Amino acid sequence: MWPIFDYGRFVSIISSSDVYGVVWMRSLAQLHKMANLRVLVGVKRVIDYAVKIRVKPDNSGVVTDGVKHSMNPFCEIAMEEAVRLKEKKLAKEIIAVSCGPAQAQETIRTALAMGADRGIHVEVTGKEYENMTPLHVSKIMAKLAQDQEANLVILGKQSIDGDNNQTGQMTAALLDWPQATFASEVTKENDHLKVVREIDGGLETVKVTLPAVITADLRLNEPRYATLPNIMKAKKKKIAKHKAADFGVDLTPTLEVVGVEDPPVRQAGQKVESTEELVAKLKDSGVV
Amino acid sequence: MLSTGKLRPTLGLVRRPWCASAAGIHSSGRRLHNPDEVDLFDFRYTTPFVKNLFVGKFIREQVFPFPRLNQQDYDQLQQMVDPVERFFKDDVDSAQIDTDAKIPAETLQGLKDLGLFGMQVPLEYGGLGLSNTEYARLGEITAIDGAIAVTLAAHQAIGLKGIMIAGNAEQKAKYLPKLATGEHVAAFALTEPSSGSDAASIQTRATLSDSGKHFLLNGGKIWISNGGIADVFTVFAKTEVVDSKSGEVKDKVTAFIVERSFGGITSGKPEDKLGIRGSNTCTVHFEDTPVPIENVLGEVGGGFKVAMNILNGGRFSMGSSGAGIVKKLIEQTAEHATTRTQFDRKLMEFPIIQEKFAEMALRAYAMESMAYLTAGIMDRWPGGSPDCSVEAAMVKVYSSESVWSSVSEALQVLGGLGYMKEYPYERYLRDARILMIFEGTNEILRMYIALVGMKFAGDILKEKLKELKRGNIGVILQTVRQRWGSGFGMGPSHGFVSEDRFIGDGFKAHPSLTAGAKLLEENVNNLGTMTETLLARHGKGIVEEQLVLKRVADITINMYAMTAVVSRASKAVVMGLPNYDHEVLMANTFCQKTYNENMQMFHDLGGENTDAAVQKIGKDILKTGNYIAAHPLDRTHDFDNIDVVPPQR
Repeated sequence: MWPIFDYGRFVSIISSSDVYGVVWMRSLAQLHKMANLRVLVGVKRVIDYAVKIRVKPDNSGVVTDGVKHSMNPFCEIAMEEAVRLKEKKLAKEIIAVSCGPAQAQETIRTALAMGADRGIHVEVTGKEYENMTPLHVSKIMAKLAQDQEANLVILGKQSIDGDNNQTGQMTAALLDWPQATFASEVTKENDHLKVVREIDGGLETVKVTLPAVITADLRLNEPRYATLPNIMKAKKKKIAKHKAADFGVDLTPTLEVVGVEDPPVRQAGQKVESTEELVAKLKDSGVV
Repeated sequence: MLSTGKLRPTLGLVRRPWCASAAGIHSSGRRLHNPDEVDLFDFRYTTPFVKNLFVGKFIREQVFPFPRLNQQDYDQLQQMVDPVERFFKDDVDSAQIDTDAKIPAETLQGLKDLGLFGMQVPLEYGGLGLSNTEYARLGEITAIDGAIAVTLAAHQAIGLKGIMIAGNAEQKAKYLPKLATGEHVAAFALTEPSSGSDAASIQTRATLSDSGKHFLLNGGKIWISNGGIADVFTVFAKTEVVDSKSGEVKDKVTAFIVERSFGGITSGKPEDKLGIRGSNTCTVHFEDTPVPIENVLGEVGGGFKVAMNILNGGRFSMGSSGAGIVKKLIEQTAEHATTRTQFDRKLMEFPIIQEKFAEMALRAYAMESMAYLTAGIMDRWPGGSPDCSVEAAMVKVYSSESVWSSVSEALQVLGGLGYMKEYPYERYLRDARILMIFEGTNEILRMYIALVGMKFAGDILKEKLKELKRGNIGVILQTVRQRWGSGFGMGPSHGFVSEDRFIGDGFKAHPSLTAGAKLLEENVNNLGTMTETLLARHGKGIVEEQLVLKRVADITINMYAMTAVVSRASKAVVMGLPNYDHEVLMANTFCQKTYNENMQMFHDLGGENTDAAVQKIGKDILKTGNYIAAHPLDRTHDFDNIDVVPPQR
């Protein structure tokens, strides 16, 4: 009577007070035609990769005022992947999400110009934003994924300011969804996704059932430019505004940044003429 | 607190007492697109700014406050700037384009995909519908590669502009959509071997066929940008026009939209140029090309005006493009100046080097201020379409010469390195040279500026003269007061500097710019008197006095630059933009320097100058056809005895 039943989806849908019958129909639909993915993509506003970073004089952080910001490069790759899924008719809707101050809307607009259908801005400002960690973000993403009834969440593998590489993994855990991180290739096969992952030892291919969380790595794709006509069309797309509290997420900091410093200036190297000299120098410095 | 004791108005709601536009609502209840749009029926808006300077009138409402975009448009513009900048940084290899003398097909396609081929084409025809201001902003980025900038400009600023401004609905609907996406490329075909600056003397002919259904086009055009790759040409040719009143048959210029597919069109091979080598420039020949009469642009015989309107409209963007290049060069060159050490000091510590950078920065500041001021006047003019051709011409002249000198200075800072092909400076220099030549040579534009201004002044003075002759007391008193006042150097105050910390009714400069603004005021008075003097002295013959007109043009260009710079710095202070004190310093310094130049020129105009002598030398040389003076070493036989012998005392 019940073909392969998606318990996870069942629970999440029941918890969002959906109608039981619809659940069953949805599961069936999902079985036969997993073509209609609703994709949630996280996009983060970070300092532009080309900018020379400067540490604040009081060592409390880096200078962000008046500095050029743009979308995190890995988030761009995530967005591009979502758009390609839509072009292949595998995804039916793409929702771009960003947590941050008012300027985060610019990043969402860029995502809309790349091809997202609508945006969600979770407004977090000031000290709360400075102390926001991947755990906070992943709680918001998880709740959003449930509320929006997404069945695929694509995130960048890490942000170039935090370099945490945690949000994707935590989101999957909170949702109890499978995860495929460091994706360099994503292919849809019937009811699951085949993902090639770039790991230290080489390439690993995994299959994940849907719904799932994917984090994008560098070679997944080459993101398109947001063309000017698309930027103008994106004006008409909607961005919904929310606060973290709307999702029942408490932004009390769990971490405290004690200090931020420049990396030590690299010492000049020394040239040696022979291996004997090398060994002698190493012995002198106490390394050997 | 304030010396006047007035209550301080909140910056966001600067009140303009004679219209309610402060809140963004016109008095008629219509929502204003631009926060600075003002009442249409005010007499001050009869003619744009610069011509009024010639009669000593400074209409401050037209140039204060400095034009700005509303927040929404500004955000959207910022969004558009990013992908374009990235494209030019990552996917455009200017050095390769210059060496190959060709823009690669993928780069061209990338530009088309980005939407850069239809920036000002209206939205309904598939373009981006950008205003002049937004177009100027994107021009700053495309200028990074000269060849691409010229290809884009030839396509849209002149190539398809004719269809946009003079085309009827059918022509627009037929041609604009494909031109906007770049599927078809456009070109502007006016210049001929015997007709460059003298555009009215073209010889290409269009004769009406016997059926009356089409024209046959015959002739040849040279130096047509995009000539080899264009699908749609705006061609200017002479047609026979019968004067409806006199029945006389005259030859007049008509503009046509000509498709390459009409047949009989051949393009020559691309010209090998000094600069902008990636831009396709070639001859285009028409041999019995049939052009349907539906493709006449505007009216038969009205082509010259169409050409002038097209060319006048696009010139102002050279200010922002030029500033884009110079700003980028300042950054690159500064890196060299801050790291290079000679005589145990960094280059940046030497005053001569500091002066070079200051000069470049001041010129860039003036160029972009003028460009955006002009664009803003055009965009926010109530009712649209003001005649800003003189302003645009001024921007073009100033910018082309400033870019040339700035690039040269930047190259100089690098010394020998700047001369090497490894570095981009020589390419920028070569690309910049064309700026003074095309889109109207600077010489022609100077004459245009001076003559249009003089004519405007002349017409007004004629009216005044009539009134004086009629014995109109008011006018007599006014004239006397003006003359007397100007004689003492205290002409009528234009009152465009605000006395209190805040800018009063919004149409004044901030007090921190008093130094520069006062100099500008003085120059405005001087110009008013000088124009009258010159017209009295030369009358109609002033048309031939090119050296006089050249000085007048230079003076007014400088004054427009001063105005733009003061207005912009004012805005920076009032808005509290970062580094506004630097801008104030630049603005005041610029005004002082330009004032000094102007005073020298006023002096030459008023009194003795070397014009007659210079003209004689020039004429003599041209008559002989070469340098006349004898060689320094030349001697004659007879004078052997009069070799240098010290006088016997």
